[in-house]
Amino acid sequence: MDLTFSPEQEALRSRLRAWLAENVARSGLKGPRPRSVDLDSETIARYKRWQQRLYEAGYVALSWPKEYGGQALDPVSQAIVNEEMLCAQAPALIGAMGLEMLGPTLITWGSEAQKRRYLPKILTAEEIWCQGYSEPEAGSDLAALKTRAELKGDCFVVNGQKVWTSGAQHADMMFCLVRTDPAAPKHHGISYLLIDMRSPGIRVRPLVQMTGERGFNEVFFEDVQVPAENLVGRLNEGWQVANATLVHERNMLGAVTQSQQLFGRLLALARSMRRNAAPLSRDPVFRQRLAALEIRVEAMKHHMYRLLTDRQKGRHSGLPGMINKLVGTELNYDLATAALEALGDAALAARDEPEALDHGFWPYEWMFSLGMIIGGGTTHIQKNIIAERGLGMPRIR
Amino acid sequence: MEFGLSESQEALKHTARQFLAQHGSAADVRAVFAQEDGFSRQLYRRMAELGWTAMLVGEEYGGLGLSVLDMALVLEEAGYAALPGPFVFSALLATCALVEGGSPSAKEAWLGSLAKAATIGTVALSGEGPGLELDALAARRAPGGGWLLSGTRKFVPYAHVADFMVAAAGKVEENGAPALFLVETKSPGLRVRLVSQMDLTRRVCRVAFDDVAVPVEAELRPGPALLERLLDLGALAIAADSLGGTERVLEMAVEYSKVRRQFGRPVGSFQALQHAAAEIVADLEPARALLWYAAHVADATPESFGRAAAMAKALLSEVFSRAAQRSVLMHGGIGFTWEHDLHIWFKRARFNESCFGSPAHHRERVARIAGY
Repeated sequence: MDLTFSPEQEALRSRLRAWLAENVARSGLKGPRPRSVDLDSETIARYKRWQQRLYEAGYVALSWPKEYGGQALDPVSQAIVNEEMLCAQAPALIGAMGLEMLGPTLITWGSEAQKRRYLPKILTAEEIWCQGYSEPEAGSDLAALKTRAELKGDCFVVNGQKVWTSGAQHADMMFCLVRTDPAAPKHHGISYLLIDMRSPGIRVRPLVQMTGERGFNEVFFEDVQVPAENLVGRLNEGWQVANATLVHERNMLGAVTQSQQLFGRLLALARSMRRNAAPLSRDPVFRQRLAALEIRVEAMKHHMYRLLTDRQKGRHSGLPGMINKLVGTELNYDLATAALEALGDAALAARDEPEALDHGFWPYEWMFSLGMIIGGGTTHIQKNIIAERGLGMPRIR
Repeated sequence: MEFGLSESQEALKHTARQFLAQHGSAADVRAVFAQEDGFSRQLYRRMAELGWTAMLVGEEYGGLGLSVLDMALVLEEAGYAALPGPFVFSALLATCALVEGGSPSAKEAWLGSLAKAATIGTVALSGEGPGLELDALAARRAPGGGWLLSGTRKFVPYAHVADFMVAAAGKVEENGAPALFLVETKSPGLRVRLVSQMDLTRRVCRVAFDDVAVPVEAELRPGPALLERLLDLGALAIAADSLGGTERVLEMAVEYSKVRRQFGRPVGSFQALQHAAAEIVADLEPARALLWYAAHVADATPESFGRAAAMAKALLSEVFSRAAQRSVLMHGGIGFTWEHDLHIWFKRARFNESCFGSPAHHRERVARIAGY
C-alpha cells in the first residue's frame, strides 16, 4: 500500500489546477453539463472549443499511445485529471463518448488507417460520436439486434432502427452494431460499423426524457451506404469488439469523484436547511443517513483506487471490476434522493422557479441519476452479469 | 500510488486460509462449542508457531514487528473460518495496549510471553450501558500508592482464560478522566463469570472488581488517547473479521445454489437468488477496499485512523449481517438447522455488529469527525 503520488503526478496536478483556475471561467460555460443533453449549436461549438483547448494544453487522453496523440502516461495520471476537472467544476468534455468508448476500442481493434483517420478528431472534439447499440427489440438482450447491413460491392447498405441513442442529434459519427449474418447464432452475426451521421437515409428523431430534455433519440436507417472500410474488426465478429467498448464504458474514478461532489453538495444543503429549530445536518436521524452515504462514497473511492492499481499493473480485476456500474449509479441516485428529502416541498419547484433551492439542481439530478441506473445495462442486468460471469451461478433461460 | 496488497501480504493471507482450512474447519469450530474454554489451546500454539501472536510485538521482545494491515489480513481469514478464541483480543488489542502505552517494566514482563502465546491477554473496555461508557469502573488512588478499581465490566472477551486484562476506568479524583490499567486476573477482589450468549465461537465474561489493587506501573499511558486507539483497533479488527465472514457466507450460498435443484433446475439459475448473491458482492468489494485503507492508515497516518475505523466498522458489520441473513434465505430450511454450519456465521455476524460499538454509534462518530 502506498497512497502517495509520485512527484511527476503531483506536478501534473498542480499544473492542471492552475490551468483550470485560469481557463474555466474563460470558457463561457457553466458547470459540468454534457452528458449529451439538449444543447444549441452555439453552445456545442463552445464545448468543442473547450475540449480542443484542454487537449492542446495536454490534459486529454493522457494514457493513449503517443503515436495517436496521447502521452502514454499511467492510468493514475488520467485519474488525477478527471478528479481535478470535477473539483474545479470544469465543463465536461463533449467528446466523452469518443474519448472513453470508441477511442480505446479503435486503439485495440482498429486498422492503422482507421486509427489515423478517426483518433485525432476524437481528441479535439472535431468529430462528436454517438453509440448505436440499443434497438426497440434489443435492450437488455442487446445481441438480439436486427438492424441489417448487407455488403454490396464496396459498401454496406444499412436498414433498421436504433433507439435511446444519446447525443445523436448533434453527433457527426456513430459507432454502431449491425447484423451482417442473420442465419448465424445471434452473437456471431454482428458487425461493428462506423457510420457518418450525415449519410443520406439517416433520420434522427429526438425523444423527450422525463426531465423534459431531449437527450436521447431514435435513429432510422433507410438504405444508408457505409464504405466497407468502416468495418472495425472482422465481419461478423462485432460482438467481441462491442464488449471491448463496454469494458471501456465508464471511467469509474471520474464517476466516484462525481459521487464525492454530490455528497459535498448534499452536506452543504443539509447544513443550510432547518429542522426543529436546528440545522438539518444536526438532526440525529438525518445525520445517520448522511454518514451512511459518506461511508459508501469513501468505500467506492478506495475500491476505484484498487481497480486503478490493477489496471496500472496490467492485472484483470475480475469480480471486483464488475460492480462499478451497479454500485456507482445507485449511490448517486441515493445521494440525490436524500437531497430531495432535505429540500421538503422545495424539491417540487421547477428549476427556474424562485421557490427552488440550491439553484434547482437536485430534482433534475435525481431524475438524471435514475436514468443512469438504466442506461448502459440496467441494475438487473448488472446483477445477472455478476452472478453468472463473476460467481459462476448457472445460466438457464 | 499503489492500492493493494504486497506479494508477501498475499502470501500471508494465502497461508492463513490454507492453515485454517486444515486446522480450523467448521467441525473443529463445533468441537469447542461445549467446552468452557471455548477454543483449542493446541490450535492456538500452532498459530503462535506461525508467528501470528508475535506479529505486532517489536523485535526487541522477540516479535516480528509487522503492520496492522498484515494483522487485518490474518483476522479476515479468522473471520472466514469463524475461528474461536482470544486471538484478536490478545495478539492485537492487549499487545498494542502494551506496545503503545505500557510501562517499561510491564513491557518487559508481558510482551515476550504474549509473542510466544505463553500468556493470554484481553481488554475490558465496554461499560454497563449500551455503548462504551466508562463510569461502570472507577479508579481511586490507593492510600499507599497505586490504584483501587471498583465496579464491573460486562462482555469482557475470554477473561476466564486470560492472564491479564487491559481495563478502562474513570479516575475518581480527576472527574472520571479515562485511564487504562493492566490487571492480572488472579488479583484478589476480581471475580469472573462466564456469560452464556448467542455466538458460540466467542466467550465473554462479566468481570466484577471489588477494590482490586493495581500498582502504579500497571497504568498504561496516555489513557485517553490510548483508549481511543484501542477502541479504533477493536472496531477495525471486528470489521476485518466481518469481511472474511461475508466471503464465507457468500461462498456457501453460491455453492449450495449450484447443487440444490427445484423445479427441475439448480436454484442458482433463478434470478431471485442470483440477484441476492450479486448484492452481497456489491456490498463486499467496496467494503474490502475500505478495510484495507483503514488498516493501512492505522500505521501510516494515525490521525486519520479514527474516521477510517469508524467507517469500516459501521459498513462491514452491517454488510456481514445482511449477507448472513441473505445466505440463510438462499439455503431455505436447511439453513435454519443446527446441523448446517451456516448459523455459526449468522450468529458471529450479530456478535460483530454490537462488539466495539454499533453501526449507528460509528456513523455518529463519522458525522462528528466531519463536523456535519
